[in-house]
Amino acid sequence: MPRLRRLLFASPLLLALAIGGCADEGGGGGVQSEKMETIRSRGKLVCGVDGKLPGFSFLGPDGSYSGLDADTCRAVAAALFGDPSKVEYRDLNSSERFAALASGEVDMLARNTTMTLSRDSAGGNGLSFGPTTFYDGQGVMAPVASGIKSLKDLAGKPICVESGTTTELNLADRMREQAIPYTPLKFQTGDQTYAAYLGGRCVAVTSDRSQLAAKRSSFPDPAAHVLLPDVMSKEPLTPASVNGDPAWSDAIRWTVFALFQAEELGITKANVAAKLAEAKANTNQADLRRFLGVEGDFGKQLGLPADFVVKVVGAVGNYGEIFERNVGTGSPLKLERAENRQWNKGGLIYSPPFR
Amino acid sequence: MPEPRTIPWWRDRRVVPWLVQGGVALVVLVVIALLLGNLVRNLTAAGLLLSWRWLGQPASFDVAESLIPFDAAMPYWRALLVGLVNSLRAILIGLVGATLLGTAVGMAAYSGNGLVRRLGRVYVEVIRNIPLLLQLLFWYFVVFLSFRNGTEALQLPGIVLAKSGLYLAWFAEGWRWQGPALVNGVWQAPWRFSVEFAALLTGLITYTGAFVAEVVRGGIAAVPRGQWEAATSLGLHWGASMRTVVLPQALPVIIPGLNSQYISLAKNSALAVAVGYADLYSVAETTLNQTGRALEVFLLLLGAYLVIDLLISLVMNGLNQLVQIRER
Repeated sequence: MPRLRRLLFASPLLLALAIGGCADEGGGGGVQSEKMETIRSRGKLVCGVDGKLPGFSFLGPDGSYSGLDADTCRAVAAALFGDPSKVEYRDLNSSERFAALASGEVDMLARNTTMTLSRDSAGGNGLSFGPTTFYDGQGVMAPVASGIKSLKDLAGKPICVESGTTTELNLADRMREQAIPYTPLKFQTGDQTYAAYLGGRCVAVTSDRSQLAAKRSSFPDPAAHVLLPDVMSKEPLTPASVNGDPAWSDAIRWTVFALFQAEELGITKANVAAKLAEAKANTNQADLRRFLGVEGDFGKQLGLPADFVVKVVGAVGNYGEIFERNVGTGSPLKLERAENRQWNKGGLIYSPPFR
Repeated sequence: MPEPRTIPWWRDRRVVPWLVQGGVALVVLVVIALLLGNLVRNLTAAGLLLSWRWLGQPASFDVAESLIPFDAAMPYWRALLVGLVNSLRAILIGLVGATLLGTAVGMAAYSGNGLVRRLGRVYVEVIRNIPLLLQLLFWYFVVFLSFRNGTEALQLPGIVLAKSGLYLAWFAEGWRWQGPALVNGVWQAPWRFSVEFAALLTGLITYTGAFVAEVVRGGIAAVPRGQWEAATSLGLHWGASMRTVVLPQALPVIIPGLNSQYISLAKNSALAVAVGYADLYSVAETTLNQTGRALEVFLLLLGAYLVIDLLISLVMNGLNQLVQIRER
């Protein structure tokens, strides 16, 4: 019976296809979150990062990760476990990141990911975004020697871009608006993109301005490359988790807000212990007492320990400290705070009240 | 003792195999139905049930090179078609190139010239034992990106190798033979390939060529020695013996082996994304990123490669029937 045999032969393929689609049923009500249970029983947070982007997430020679995104992972681990080291980083390229999150391979993304409508919506990628940790914009970098000063000078020239990013779409939109013909050369990883740029295949490379600055800092001759003044887009880089576990999304959201709020209240990694002692001693400081978990049940409402803010700030410092350490003027990236200042200093970093 | 009149049905050789087969088929069908039902239920819950409407929406991204007209305002299906055409172009030229190279190297193994024999051997052993992805990255980043633009480009008669592309001479309008020329510091030629395409083709051809060479060598080895001797005794020189006596008899052995090499070349062409060539996979990846329709995009990809490979198999099977020795 060759026909039946053929069917039997094909069935493993169908099975594999079908099993691949069997997502586990969502569940759990109230504060209980299936994802948080999984993470707790595993004993560590699996965090999806870039891993090759200095200042955001970068695997150093000693095997440890550093950067603003890596510190976001650490802050969430500190909130969950009281221990920032309980993170397993997973390097993801821009094409695999959403699939890795959707399949549950990683618990959250802190991978310089731009928040957009189609990524957030249930009918699109179906992500749940936290608060934006870095307000960025897309820029273009070209060699100083090329004499390129603006987008117009790029007419008819090849431009390197990483595929699977919002960057490639913004590039298409901006060039279409200004009717500038160009050739997009798409590569799957940042390494290949910048290798092709440094190899001279394209006259320019486009990405988020922070990423261009970060990559430039690792070039053999950073001074030979210039960022064009054109800013092509808004790129709010935002941590994300999968849609469908609101309690887990809330835990990430308010851990990041705690970093913002700590800076606003002047609580730093160095003085958090003193502030805690002060809050415990002085019953009149209700705001501070609630924020640090001395009174009230904010932690419990989020499914986190009562003192999660103390643990988070004690582990990674407040937002301002994280920024300065990783990407600020004192770091190799030398980025200004600009839009990433606190709201009361003219920036966009704003924490809703801890109430 | 009287013989039993009828055999009970559970021991009937005409019934039992049908029952067993039927039972197995039923179980398989039920399992598939359960899994498919589960898939549909979960996808519905996630709002990701198969939908193809997005195919008609504007792609809003550009593709680096295209044989058919394309711009960012055209729909996704058109972008995917551009990718498919680019893939087919690489596959078809790759098949021809790998066959020519492989046949030459395979025949070289029987050359009277020791140097040619050894060179062929070294080529096969080196290329066959290095991963294709590494070879592609080598061809692109190390070889092709080291060419220079403008007057410093590598210039051969009728061919110019520059960082901006590979320029070939061909007949221009009116059957006028036209070579590459430098116009305002930019090379122009009747035929231009991007370096991405050139790197992909070089990688695919040299890699698959090594495997084809082994298949051809094996095919020739299968021809009895007596055939060589007979051809030589008729006064045919090496080339004529090979062409008229040995190769035709080796073909029935070679063709089935080539089939799987051709299929693997078609599949390997998806590695184009590593060297920035806008093939089907590369375009599909951008499409997936924008639409979030992972399942649909991957079904299209699976279907496209399956059809390409089945077509290759079909053609090769037809060819195989043609060259089989007819026993009379």
